[in-house]
Amino acid sequence: MDWSFFFEVLIGGLLAGIMYSLVALGFVLIYKASGVFNFAQGAMVFFAALIFVSLFEKGWGLAGAAAATLGVMVVLAFFVERVVLRPLVNQPPIALFMATIGLAFLIEGFAQGILGAQVHGLDIGIADVPVQIGGINISKFDLFASGVAALLVALLAFFFSKTRIGRALRAVADDHQAALAVGIPLEQIWVVVWTASGFVALVAGILWGSRTGVQFSLTFTALKALPVLILGGFTSIPGAIVGGLIVGASEKLAEVYLGPHIGSGLENWFPYALATLFLLVRPEGLFGEKRIERV
Amino acid sequence: MGRPEIPQTVDCELSTVDFPTMIYREAGQFHATYAEDQGIFPIRQDRIAFAGILLIAFVVVPLIGNDYWFSAILIPFLILSLAALGLNILTGYAGQLSLGSAAFMAVGAFAAYNLMLRVPHMPLLASFFLAGLITAAVGLVFGLPSLRIKGFYLAVTTLAAQFIIEWVLTKFGWFSNYNPSGVISAQKMVILGYRFESPVRRYVLTLALVSLFALAAKNLVRSRVGRAWMAVRDMDVAAEVIGIPMLETKLLAFAVSSFYCGVAGALWAFAYLGSVEPQAFDLTRSFQILFMIIIGGLGSVLGSFLGAAFIVLLPIFLNVAAHSFFSGGVSQSLASNLELMVFGALIIFFLAVEPLGLARLWQTGKEKLRLWPFPH
Repeated sequence: MDWSFFFEVLIGGLLAGIMYSLVALGFVLIYKASGVFNFAQGAMVFFAALIFVSLFEKGWGLAGAAAATLGVMVVLAFFVERVVLRPLVNQPPIALFMATIGLAFLIEGFAQGILGAQVHGLDIGIADVPVQIGGINISKFDLFASGVAALLVALLAFFFSKTRIGRALRAVADDHQAALAVGIPLEQIWVVVWTASGFVALVAGILWGSRTGVQFSLTFTALKALPVLILGGFTSIPGAIVGGLIVGASEKLAEVYLGPHIGSGLENWFPYALATLFLLVRPEGLFGEKRIERV
Repeated sequence: MGRPEIPQTVDCELSTVDFPTMIYREAGQFHATYAEDQGIFPIRQDRIAFAGILLIAFVVVPLIGNDYWFSAILIPFLILSLAALGLNILTGYAGQLSLGSAAFMAVGAFAAYNLMLRVPHMPLLASFFLAGLITAAVGLVFGLPSLRIKGFYLAVTTLAAQFIIEWVLTKFGWFSNYNPSGVISAQKMVILGYRFESPVRRYVLTLALVSLFALAAKNLVRSRVGRAWMAVRDMDVAAEVIGIPMLETKLLAFAVSSFYCGVAGALWAFAYLGSVEPQAFDLTRSFQILFMIIIGGLGSVLGSFLGAAFIVLLPIFLNVAAHSFFSGGVSQSLASNLELMVFGALIIFFLAVEPLGLARLWQTGKEKLRLWPFPH
């Protein structure tokens, strides 16, 4: 067995997994604070990337385009809270989940309707060239992406544990009613958390967009993130990262070592099969909160 | 004679025809046996209306319909209703959310094709039935995780079914008889020497099958099994405590649901498209079927049909509306994006305003009609 090739595949997979983690992070944020499984996260990634790239092509500059897109995501957060979450308060979680599927369709149609469906290339100045580290080829872009992801996680960890709003978010995640009772405004918290996940979607959208081009297939990043969530647990930020690493590494290894035996293209479903098997052993994921059921 | 005699017994006829406008009244209809009381349509007017609908569907429509109506609207509507019915059994009645129903349709289509291809003298209907059974077996396998996994986690594992099945059917040439692009061309539909080739004949065959399966489903969900499903849906722990076997109940829901989806898939290939590839049964189709039961009504047989009609007709309606609004100058991409947005908005709207869907609106309408024109 060629070990340096193995490590190259493994590290490539781990770094690709970071990209999945970025999308999964957005899911976790919303799930933690509102118990909503947001299927529209992929659509939000696509939406943010499309707005960003459209402004960027008009010459707004990186920072300007990012700031303007973030503004749009704030508006989206208000819209979601008003139109989707508020009317569906107290509905079973599965109804909210299905509503976010509707939201995904709405966002996709809206984004393509006003900004067009053509593929945009996005160049943010980091070339996707391999660099040699210890005899192993690693993509410079992937390294940059994992740096961004690390920064983002640090930022979120700080936000959740040190700021006033972050603490309120955690309180809401623990117990909606208790949080309401001590005077935390639920509606505002939802807007904040959807904005935060809009920000994560923007970061993921920029990174994914400059890798694959900004196109409709960005919405499928959500499908890549689902097994990540299952492995890591829906409520854990470290879980999203670790889950992403496991999914990224295992699917690349499976493609390279299993693919020749049973047929190529298995990276589409392999993470799902892995996640399903994993769930049979641990139904709440790697870092998820244990569920206790009472009658 | 002086005063009219007061009759000793109240005549049933009197109470029903007091006003010609009160067309929907059950007064005077007495159920003397349990069988009458538990009939699917306990009210006479419903029976008459339903018989009328069947008469129209089986006799009038084939006489007056044209080929466009049969091939582009009615046949897909009927088949998707069947698939929606299958998903409704699993999601609406048993409460197990599935995002892989299109994959089970694909299994049914490919199973029926291979049965017809490889088994000599295979009767068409038997191949549909066996294809349903094969799909049920596949559904059982993918239903196994439901014993341990619930809610979102289960929904995600049904996505595994969606992706794995699509991949297997595309990757292994045996399933499509080594067609280079994975397309299967369904065999001609012949039953006892009678050929079902013209659109109107395919329509009648589809209608007959769908009606039979709908009747079976309606009775199934009213039976002990159906009540067990609903108990599991409403609260599984409580259902287990009162002695409903979780294993059998959940797996049966997966099997029956997959059976329906499988037959629908076989019909999709044989009666609707003729030739079909695995990509015709992708995740979008699964979502489409899910939307049908949300809009039509979760946990309602009628709702599956209403939802399917709505989803099949809406794009056509939007197309016509867009053309008349923008006087023909609307681009294809704008129209499809508009369709996406309207679908999304409708899903949210229905979940928020009428979570039980069109079927519930229909029910409310009937309640109103019973009291009309004097609601108090």
